[in-house]
Amino acid sequence: MRLLLEGGRVIDPANNIDSVLDVLIEDGRIAALGNTRHDENMHADANADTDVCLSAGARARAASITTVDCRGKIVCPGFIDLHAHFREPGYEYKEDISSGSHAAAAGGFTTVCCMPNTDPVIDNGAVAGFVTRRAQEVGLVNVLPIGAITKKQAGEELAEMGELVAAGCIAVSDDGKPVLRSDVMRHALEYSRLFGIPVLSHCEDASLSAGYMHEGYYSTVYGLKGIPAEAEEIMVARDLILARLTGGRLHICHISTKGALEAVKQAKASGLSVTCEATPHHLALTDEVVGSYDTDTKVNPPLRSEEHRAALREALASGLIDCIATDHAPHHFESKDCEYGLASFGISGIETAVAVIMDTLVRPGLLDIARMVELFTTGPARVIAEAAAGPAAIPAPGRTVPCLGALTCGAPADVTVIDPDMVRTVDPRKFYSRGKNTPFKGMELKGWPCMTIVGGRIVAEDGRV
Amino acid sequence: MGISAQSTQFDRRKDLLGLKDVSNEEIELILNTALPMKDIIRREIKKVPTLRGKGIITVFYENSTRTRTSFELAGKYLSADTSNLAVSTSSVQKGETLRDTIKTLEMMGPDILVMRHSMTGAPHYVAKNTSMRVINAGDGTNEHPTQALLDMFSIRERKGRIDNLKVAILGDILHSRVARSNIYGLAKFGCEIRVAGPPTMIPPGLDRLGVKTCFNLDDAIRGVDVINVLRIQRERQQTGLFPSLDEYSELYMLRPEHLSLAADDAIVLHPGPMNRGVEISSDIADGDTALINEQVTNGVAVRMALLFLMMGGRKDEIAA
Amino acid sequence: MRDRRPRESADARAAEGTDLRTSKSVGPTNPRDQADQKGAKERTVLVELRDKTQIMDEMGMKRALTRIAHEIIETNKGVQGVALVGIRRRGGPLAVRLADLIESFEGIRPPVGVLDITLYRDDLTALANQPLVHRTEVHFDITGMSIVLVDDVIYTGRTVRAGLDALIDLGRPRRIQLAVLIDRGHRELPIKPDFVGKNVPTSREEVVSVCVREIDDEDKVTIQERIQ
Repeated sequence: MRLLLEGGRVIDPANNIDSVLDVLIEDGRIAALGNTRHDENMHADANADTDVCLSAGARARAASITTVDCRGKIVCPGFIDLHAHFREPGYEYKEDISSGSHAAAAGGFTTVCCMPNTDPVIDNGAVAGFVTRRAQEVGLVNVLPIGAITKKQAGEELAEMGELVAAGCIAVSDDGKPVLRSDVMRHALEYSRLFGIPVLSHCEDASLSAGYMHEGYYSTVYGLKGIPAEAEEIMVARDLILARLTGGRLHICHISTKGALEAVKQAKASGLSVTCEATPHHLALTDEVVGSYDTDTKVNPPLRSEEHRAALREALASGLIDCIATDHAPHHFESKDCEYGLASFGISGIETAVAVIMDTLVRPGLLDIARMVELFTTGPARVIAEAAAGPAAIPAPGRTVPCLGALTCGAPADVTVIDPDMVRTVDPRKFYSRGKNTPFKGMELKGWPCMTIVGGRIVAEDGRV
Repeated sequence: MGISAQSTQFDRRKDLLGLKDVSNEEIELILNTALPMKDIIRREIKKVPTLRGKGIITVFYENSTRTRTSFELAGKYLSADTSNLAVSTSSVQKGETLRDTIKTLEMMGPDILVMRHSMTGAPHYVAKNTSMRVINAGDGTNEHPTQALLDMFSIRERKGRIDNLKVAILGDILHSRVARSNIYGLAKFGCEIRVAGPPTMIPPGLDRLGVKTCFNLDDAIRGVDVINVLRIQRERQQTGLFPSLDEYSELYMLRPEHLSLAADDAIVLHPGPMNRGVEISSDIADGDTALINEQVTNGVAVRMALLFLMMGGRKDEIAA
Repeated sequence: MRDRRPRESADARAAEGTDLRTSKSVGPTNPRDQADQKGAKERTVLVELRDKTQIMDEMGMKRALTRIAHEIIETNKGVQGVALVGIRRRGGPLAVRLADLIESFEGIRPPVGVLDITLYRDDLTALANQPLVHRTEVHFDITGMSIVLVDDVIYTGRTVRAGLDALIDLGRPRRIQLAVLIDRGHRELPIKPDFVGKNVPTSREEVVSVCVREIDDEDKVTIQERIQ
């Protein structure tokens, strides 16, 4: 089976490529990058040292190749979502691995890392194995489980990290709730060094965060109890201090405040092994939108004020933020169709993430498109790379994720193609995700993923799977 | 101001959810209409046939007998049929969702729903999901528009105007919907608003609303025309916002000596029910400067005006 | 001589709620008609009206009011226990003028009040917009008195019906009489004025416009027609 993506602008940050090229996919792997149309000699692109010339034989076989016209499109390594909630097992009424995989494919993601706050919690090898198996049965996108830091995510006893890694987990996290006890977090960061996996920290001081929206001018105006930025920053600071103590790899989930970014900046400057992610909704929206009392704007961490959003955008462009992750949190409509105070936190974001970034950041020139591709590919890949490659000590047969986020020849052909000119209105009714909870509903966005290829197979086209 | 001021024609308005998005013209219309309404309350025959055949239902998810009664009487004086969903005995306790409760009520055919809810935004949510007109009788820590309207009516009645007055609001500003609605309403008329309360009960961003924050009563009261004293919720003490009621009253109870700092003809408002000896001294509560009893009458008048104005027009012409 | 001045339609006036009188005499008062008339959403459509015939000038109005004042005195055998209550808006100044005339004839000034009948209208549900409510100013006890209700034009009778109800809610008068400057016919209720300045046969399409100097800077009554 051969597939030729013809004439698109290939952006592959891992291999330092950014030029109009054809991509040949053969037997599920990237076979070659080159130019079949305009140059009889089919020379390799000068920028790309990984390029090989398409052989005369390959050219001859071109007739039997399925050709996809990618002119005007951006061809990138498959996008990776480091932070999604697929809810299975336990909350299949919100989402399951099938609906989540469909949503991811439609949204342009080829690899999704799933948070462990399921029921039962992914705190043992059996549940992690179940997730991996279910994802393989569904067979749309790569699903990599994230194990819990603590048993039942109770924040008390470490989960069996070795078993989790053996079963395919690429990181640990108690996402959804913070690890409140500093000693537990310390031990998690220490113990994780054995496996080289990052600890993904949901930073929130629960005693400060009993509110519904960002604390500031708008919480006063809208009369909703606020969550101060400091509730996040205190925990970020603590975790960074513990990372320094332990030498563990710390990744800050859904970073959303100026102070947290400053702390991470300092930590990085001092050489700590720390990374962080930002979500499309924190980058696109501010707390002002809460005024509609639309429960789809209720998310944790809350949508922040303009000041924080500006800091986030700056950090995104400057490279301080390592990756964009969706924090895709689908909910059943009933847990959003109620009073603001009673509604669940979360946004179903995996199907709109790329378009939101394209429309709100790339289009107005706030973010270079090549940088965006990094944030969706090499950025998240680096966070989990060491784990994905697998430490020698722990055999992990289930894991086949080398070369994530790169169009390297011989790598599995995970490709995301973006049409920067496609205009579509966000219609949650058309979501594959069971969660229709999006504050972007009804918005007209420009720049959408138009093709998702996983292992050489086209799994989604123009948003349809 | 940073608050969007929609200028809607009142008769195109489906709901009254807060003063944030009510225009000056609408406020003036309500206050002007409340004048003849107040005359009716003072008559021997306190009834006009205006809203004959109209149904008003009050749903209070938080106890407030006085506000509910005020709305009910206002409706009755205008000949509307009013009834009340007693929350304690209703299916709310059985775990019915708000949407289902409202749908059930809607199917009984009332025209106006008057709603009090402990959660901010609940009336906004309901308004979006029902064809009934919704009046917010207080939601969470957000707004209590009819209280602010009756306060403004009382101020205007005594002062002859609202424009450009100096107003002090005292107490728990952070949790007070009365404070918020008053701030939104009075700011539209160019009033200089000051608030005073314990620093733990002052919300952020007030300066951006044009409101001056003081921590002590003297600073807030100096030279003001109107003092609005908020009721302190005793349960706030348990959440650690102030150490004790004794200390609160020591620091924040309005006393006669404070009044001497205010303008000569200053007036004192209180939304009730009062905690005498906590936020307001009896000398003031019972004194000539206090409009507290008049506020109650004015509350009925303002609510009559609102019910009349909102009930106007043919349903099919109201933009939802 | 044609005075072509655009006038707002009855609905537009009622929409602004400023002028009950106009809505009464200009447009059809019949709720059905009003409902029919404004199926469309235009609330500010100007209906152009032009004067067709002037039926009363300043002197004519003065003579008519003088006669009515005499009739009121005669019918009530003096002015003891008599009070005048004008219906907002133009009934108000007319009641004051009648009181002035009665005082000049009898040396006693009967009490005068103004009635706002908005809250008693029977067409509120048919109106697109709530009219403005003004205060009723009757600062005397009407119980036991002979009340002369004063209005400028009687047409369907619905305004007078509302006026009677509004009055009775203020107390229990001994009797109520009705004085109007113009009776234009087309009654829809069994109501008949006791004192009439002038009977004017009209068609429903026509509009009777009463101007009083207190409000309109001149005294005159005209019949107007709509310009298509």
